[in-house]
Amino acid sequence: MYKILEAKELTPNIYYMVVEAKRVARSCQPGQFVIVRTDERAERIPLTICDYDREKGTVTIVFQVVGAGTEFMSHLKTGDAFHDFVGPLGQPSELVHEDKEELKKKKILFVAGGVGTAPVYPQVKWLHENGIDADVIVGAKTKSILILEKEMEAVAGRLFVTTDDGSYGRSGMVTQTITDLVNEGNHYDVCIAIGPMIMMKFVCKLTKELNIPTVVSLNPIMVDGTGMCGACRVTVGGEVKFACVDGPEFDGLQVNFDEAMQRQQIYKTAEGRAYLAAKEGATHHGGCGNCGGND
Amino acid sequence: MDVLKKTPVREQDAKVRATNFEEVCLGYNGEEAKEEASRCINCKNAQCMKGCPVSINIPGFIEKVKNDDIEGAYQIISESSALPAVCGRVCPQESQCEGKCIRGIKGEPISIGKLERFVADWASENGIKPQGAAEKNGKKVAVIGSGPAGLTCAGDLAKMGYDVTIFEALHEAGGVLVYGIPEFRLPKTRVVAKEIENVKSLGVKIETNVVVGKSVTIDELLNEEGFDAVFIGSGAGLPKFMGIPGEQANGVFSANEYLTRSNLMKAFNEDSNTPIMRGKKVAVVGGGNVAMDAARTALRLGSEVHIVYRRSEEELPARVEEVHHAKEEGIIFNLLTNPVEILEDEKGWVKGIRCIKMELGEPDESGRRRPVEVPGSEFVIDVDTVIMSLGTSPNPLISSTTKGLEINKRKCIVAAEENGQTSKEGVYAGGDAVTGAATVILAMGAGKAGAKGIDEYLRNK
Ligand SMILES: Cc1cc2nc3c(=O)[nH]c(=O)nc-3n(C[C@H](O)[C@H](O)[C@H](O)COP(=O)(O)OP(=O)(O)OC[C@H]3O[C@@H](n4cnc5c(N)ncnc54)[C@H](O)[C@@H]3O)c2cc1C
Ligand SMILES: Cc1cc2nc3c(=O)[nH]c(=O)nc-3n(C[C@H](O)[C@H](O)[C@H](O)COP(=O)(O)OP(=O)(O)OC[C@H]3O[C@@H](n4cnc5c(N)ncnc54)[C@H](O)[C@@H]3O)c2cc1C
Ligand code: SF4
Ligand code: SF4
Ligand code: FES
Ligand SMILES: [Mg+2]
Repeated sequence: MYKILEAKELTPNIYYMVVEAKRVARSCQPGQFVIVRTDERAERIPLTICDYDREKGTVTIVFQVVGAGTEFMSHLKTGDAFHDFVGPLGQPSELVHEDKEELKKKKILFVAGGVGTAPVYPQVKWLHENGIDADVIVGAKTKSILILEKEMEAVAGRLFVTTDDGSYGRSGMVTQTITDLVNEGNHYDVCIAIGPMIMMKFVCKLTKELNIPTVVSLNPIMVDGTGMCGACRVTVGGEVKFACVDGPEFDGLQVNFDEAMQRQQIYKTAEGRAYLAAKEGATHHGGCGNCGGND
Repeated sequence: MDVLKKTPVREQDAKVRATNFEEVCLGYNGEEAKEEASRCINCKNAQCMKGCPVSINIPGFIEKVKNDDIEGAYQIISESSALPAVCGRVCPQESQCEGKCIRGIKGEPISIGKLERFVADWASENGIKPQGAAEKNGKKVAVIGSGPAGLTCAGDLAKMGYDVTIFEALHEAGGVLVYGIPEFRLPKTRVVAKEIENVKSLGVKIETNVVVGKSVTIDELLNEEGFDAVFIGSGAGLPKFMGIPGEQANGVFSANEYLTRSNLMKAFNEDSNTPIMRGKKVAVVGGGNVAMDAARTALRLGSEVHIVYRRSEEELPARVEEVHHAKEEGIIFNLLTNPVEILEDEKGWVKGIRCIKMELGEPDESGRRRPVEVPGSEFVIDVDTVIMSLGTSPNPLISSTTKGLEINKRKCIVAAEENGQTSKEGVYAGGDAVTGAATVILAMGAGKAGAKGIDEYLRNK
């Protein structure tokens, strides 16, 4: 069992947990992820490592409730425990391997969307600790679901917050802010975009035009996270890759996003039912007209 | 009783079992076992033993069954095998022990597998455990992977007095026995979990959720965590795909994914939170045990199922019993057929599989006649799900993170057959990680050899 030392709600839909997981904390790097299970019937849920403390042996995760699995997780409180917590999985961000002096010469732009702010944070923090200031754009639909603003502010070179509805910070999508920054004369050597698949798709469309190499972190459906099942396969530069072992970060300008988004839909109906069952208990037996199921 | 024929074994009726996940074969009862045992002529120079990769004393244990000493039979089997309830169920007996049985020359061989299973099940029901560990010798060994190779190696080392910890990447121990082979062939709670408990009762510790190469490296285990030797039994878990158009469509799965969802994650059970695709019509590409398991799982989830295999029935690599069961249950075999493209609808879901007919030509490297395409014979099977079961290869996670560990062209770890020794000092390996995908009993044999090798190494160190 993996004890939850701290659990809190960041927004009504996004949760933050610090979990005791000594082996993961000892060996993880920014960009990697874990897979967790709440109990012995639960799904295996992949989540990016948001922060870690090697001394205390803890790992921080931040997740958004989107379906049955994350709904169950959201009920866990401080003092509860995860049944399973495995990692670190996937490749560390390329940044970690790069020569620090070379890195210092680069202008880096991070683009975080929604809960994607969480996985961006450890990378910005790592750069900050190595004396490198990066520009960070954080986008959210609306002010109430903005997360980790203070934490990010503390480690980012410049932080630009934008909301789709203009309720806080700048107004509009993250792509608008990227365009503005570039028009204001900012030059970027590399962009790292993490957020919903659709956001990453449009960021890459723009950065391709602007000639900015872009790294994205993909979140396809996964089961084992060790290369065993192939559920996570994505097409990058015309080649099939397993996101759990080859990624999750890839050259965004090469990713086939349309295919990746389509593959995320595979279990949509089945999952929708599971979610309703989780929320309403055993009362959902179809007939709601939404899920198409009676079984 | 006809001494030339096997004592028939009771099975669930094909129509009934096609709709449930209960075990297909019900096994012998005491009387049937005794009757079958009485057919064995207790050969002096028993050929059957030469066919068993772990050399179980087959005439010895069968003699005990004849004499109603089932516990004695179990102790004899336990001397050579840590997982008899598993092997009795899944060994390809026709090409191993039973394939060599003298009785098989004129009639049917002795049902060695079914007898072994009977003895092991009896022992488990009667709470008989394998003989306990010797005194601890204070040396620590790490075993990577909890499949048959790892479990066997760990059990043997524990019996010799070593302090053994198994590290397993998944959340449950058992390897392919839990994530691959389905419940209806190998019950998880009643059989696999019990056999794992037996290994634990010897003092073996199992740490799940540890991916060696990621959570910890072999060098760290040896240099920082105080292990004196390591055995790698990490299997051959990487699935292959064909590389044909349409393979990324929604509804194309590897057999590993499909079986893991059903077996490890229990998706066949309404209670489980893991979803699985219940297609109307399913094509399973391949002809091995894995293909049969995926096909029969899909059938039980309500699908019409086609096996698509490029060679003929004779070359099907699956166990004879599984092919026979699959046919009885209503799986459709499209033999001498090879997929060339998966067709998708406008939303990216599978709507068919385009295949080409094959015929057998000259023998290839494997000695089997090579299938060649029949020009102009393409046709479409309309399916909504495709399960690729084309074989697997070892995962590079360990080899790529361990300095000085030699691998061959097929990504298999290079290790000596007699003692599992690798190119790296103190590191031994065996099972599918070394041979590529093979069988449970060969993996167990390699686990045993590895335990012996490690013992010799540590005693001389
Ligand atoms: C490498 C990686 C890192 C991730 N990091 C985070 C994170 O830090 N915070 C966060 O909130 N979310 C993260 N996710 C997404 C998170 O795993 C999914 O939201 C979660 O699995 C959904 O499960 P559910 O049962 O609640 O919802 P479901 O209803 O099952 O699914 C909702 C959506 O998530 C997708 N999904 C479902 N199951 C999986 C699965 N096993 N693997 C991947 N996607 C799945 C579905 O396609 C669907 O689009 C990450 C995913 C990956 C692959
Ligand atoms: C569906 C299916 C059906 C089969 N049917 C039969 C049959 O009927 N008869 C038969 O004899 N054989 C059968 N086989 C083959 C047989 O199961 C294998 O040959 C055998 O399990 C190999 O044993 P192993 O111990 O080498 O590896 P595995 O059983 O594969 O176990 C390896 C274990 O190591 C773990 N692991 C891998 N990498 C790491 C890591 N880096 N860190 C920690 N742990 C790791 C894996 O998670 C796994 O649990 C079948 C195989 C499959 C897939
Ligand atoms: S372990 Fe397998 S090969 Fe050996 S006797 Fe038993 S069934 Fe036969
Ligand atoms: S070869 Fe057949 S008959 Fe002879 S001992 Fe073995 S099982 Fe019995
Ligand atoms: S999640 Fe199974 S191979 Fe990537
Ligand atoms: Mg889910």
